[in-house]
Amino acid sequence: MSKSVQPTYTLEKVSDENFALNLGPQHPGTHGVLRVILHMDGEYILQADPVLGYGHRMQEKIAEKMTYQQNLPYVSRMDYLGALSYNLAWVCAIERLCEFEVPERAQTIRVITTELNRISSHLLWWGAYLLDLGAFTPFLQAFADRELILDLLEYVTGSRLTYCYYRFGGLPSDVDDVFLTRVSDFIGGFRKKLPRYHALVTGNVIFEHRSKDVGVILPFDAASYGLSGPILRGSGIAYDVRKHEPYSGYESYEFTVPVDDTGDCMGRYNVRMEEINQSLNIIEQAVSNISDGPIQSKVPKILKPPVGEVAMAVETPRGELVIYIESDGSKKPNRVKYRVPSFANLSIFAKLARGQLLADALAVLGSMDMVIPEVDR
Amino acid sequence: MNISLVSVICYLLGIAALVGLNAVILVWLERKVAGHMQFRYGPMEVGPHGILQTLADGIKLVSKQLLIPDNADKPLFLLAPIVSLVPIFAAMIPIPFTETIQVWELNIGLLLIIALGLLNTLGILLAGWGSNNKYALLGGSRAVAQILAYKIPLLICIMTIIMMSGSYSLRDIALAQKDGWNILYQPVLFIVYIIAITLETNRSPFDFSEAESELVAGFHTEYSGMGFSLFFLAEYSYMLIAAALASILFLGGWQGPFLPGLAWTLIKTYGIICLMMWFRWTFPRVRIDQMLSFGWKVLLPISLINFLITAGVLAL
Repeated sequence: MSKSVQPTYTLEKVSDENFALNLGPQHPGTHGVLRVILHMDGEYILQADPVLGYGHRMQEKIAEKMTYQQNLPYVSRMDYLGALSYNLAWVCAIERLCEFEVPERAQTIRVITTELNRISSHLLWWGAYLLDLGAFTPFLQAFADRELILDLLEYVTGSRLTYCYYRFGGLPSDVDDVFLTRVSDFIGGFRKKLPRYHALVTGNVIFEHRSKDVGVILPFDAASYGLSGPILRGSGIAYDVRKHEPYSGYESYEFTVPVDDTGDCMGRYNVRMEEINQSLNIIEQAVSNISDGPIQSKVPKILKPPVGEVAMAVETPRGELVIYIESDGSKKPNRVKYRVPSFANLSIFAKLARGQLLADALAVLGSMDMVIPEVDR
Repeated sequence: MNISLVSVICYLLGIAALVGLNAVILVWLERKVAGHMQFRYGPMEVGPHGILQTLADGIKLVSKQLLIPDNADKPLFLLAPIVSLVPIFAAMIPIPFTETIQVWELNIGLLLIIALGLLNTLGILLAGWGSNNKYALLGGSRAVAQILAYKIPLLICIMTIIMMSGSYSLRDIALAQKDGWNILYQPVLFIVYIIAITLETNRSPFDFSEAESELVAGFHTEYSGMGFSLFFLAEYSYMLIAAALASILFLGGWQGPFLPGLAWTLIKTYGIICLMMWFRWTFPRVRIDQMLSFGWKVLLPISLINFLITAGVLAL
């Protein structure tokens, strides 16, 4: 018989002076079904215990029960904001396992679409973070521009949020010149709009007071908690999978890895804003250097990878995603493990929230850019 | 002064109409301002440019069930919205909308409004305490914690104006600005006053007791239907009173060239309300401890120094 699991948290009265506050799973500040049990002393947080699993969908087990192709569209359901990165990670993992070649044109198109997806994810984060700080307008400003990206991606992938555009060894459909011109137009227009974002938010006194020196993560902590992505780079560690373990031809693009030494919310904010710029640079280079040629290499209809194991790391908008696959030579993987960035990033929240004001803790949570289905998966 | 029953009823009906109409227009205006700042239109369906949307929402809210949570302090829970709303009817007595449109000329009108304005906080505190909800309680206690930080600068602001015009009567204060509005002499004070009334009306960037992203809905988390809409009515009515006071204290009230008095009152009052809406839809929320230290360390010294300088200049 299964043993009943004792919760480590309690909503009982903590003491005469303190009380427990149940933050979530339905709370506007947590952006999803994250639940945090807070022990509060007035407005100050004594202890924060995240409770996970409200969005658990057994992603790993399902991946082991389906063939490699069948699982392809399901991977991107984990991180619905950076779906193409997940898509890319899954196909790249299989390609690495089976040693498939991917034509250059297909790789370039993958880079263009993934980076567009990254910008749209960062835009949504920008709006949602400001929403956490109590400003409503930036959210819709960001959505107006995000809409343009979604239109672009819809034009080429056919869907607007949970994409399934990449295939093992290439792409199902080619892009045309219309798409490339539209992307160039978008980049030109968006570069003109970016200063408005900074004018509305970045220089604002209230915003600076809310973000500076709030939720400081030291580089040592960032590394030992296994943080990745903009949070790690916001703490001064310049680690980006696209630079350190290039995939899909990222080694041929010129871009810098933005770093901020402060480690606070402002540092993470600056890193993400600069990442938008760098992504625009990458897309620009990709669009101008795109080569003609095939978009799909020859792959067997029935995919039976050789026995072995493979790990594929991809830089999603939230950090380092690692997909580990163990193949037993059959049509279905023997074991699949997702190492998701949000889950590792959330692990430091309890430490950061201790001693903070409730308002600051929610600002920190917002600056971490959580996608809860990715945490729960 | 003879007060007949008829005039009292006329007054109550008039104020009720004003409060209702003001809320209908302000809710609509707020949604329109927000919409246009966010690349959208706001309400467009009900009536021309959605002007009747608030009415439709109001009817919907009235028809909703009034939920009272278990373990709530029932009398306090029901009393709180009323405590918030009722003082407004009294606070509108001494406001001169024009030289002739005024319910009752009181020689201590300003004091009455300040005193009644405090009851709003009492309503919020009752709602926070009576709801038996921790978020509501936090919202209620925030409202009380901030009260001194803005009330004292606000009172010093008002004292300065009283000193300049030599009267507590709002009509006298407006008439004293015949030759030049107070904002020309006291621009700093005007800014302090606007910040203080933004705090007093619990509006972003100082909406601590609501604070959606932190406290769900703050003190009115547990309210639905009519209780919720009464809080809304109260919020927008306090905005009207605060803005009307600002127009009388700093902008000369109903006085202005060309247009009739009532038009000037409306332009100035709603202009200031639009300014407050502009704040709300532009700024992030200040953290409560930052606001408290801002109130005590910035607003209070500025208004005090301003008070002393004004007193010195007037004495010369």
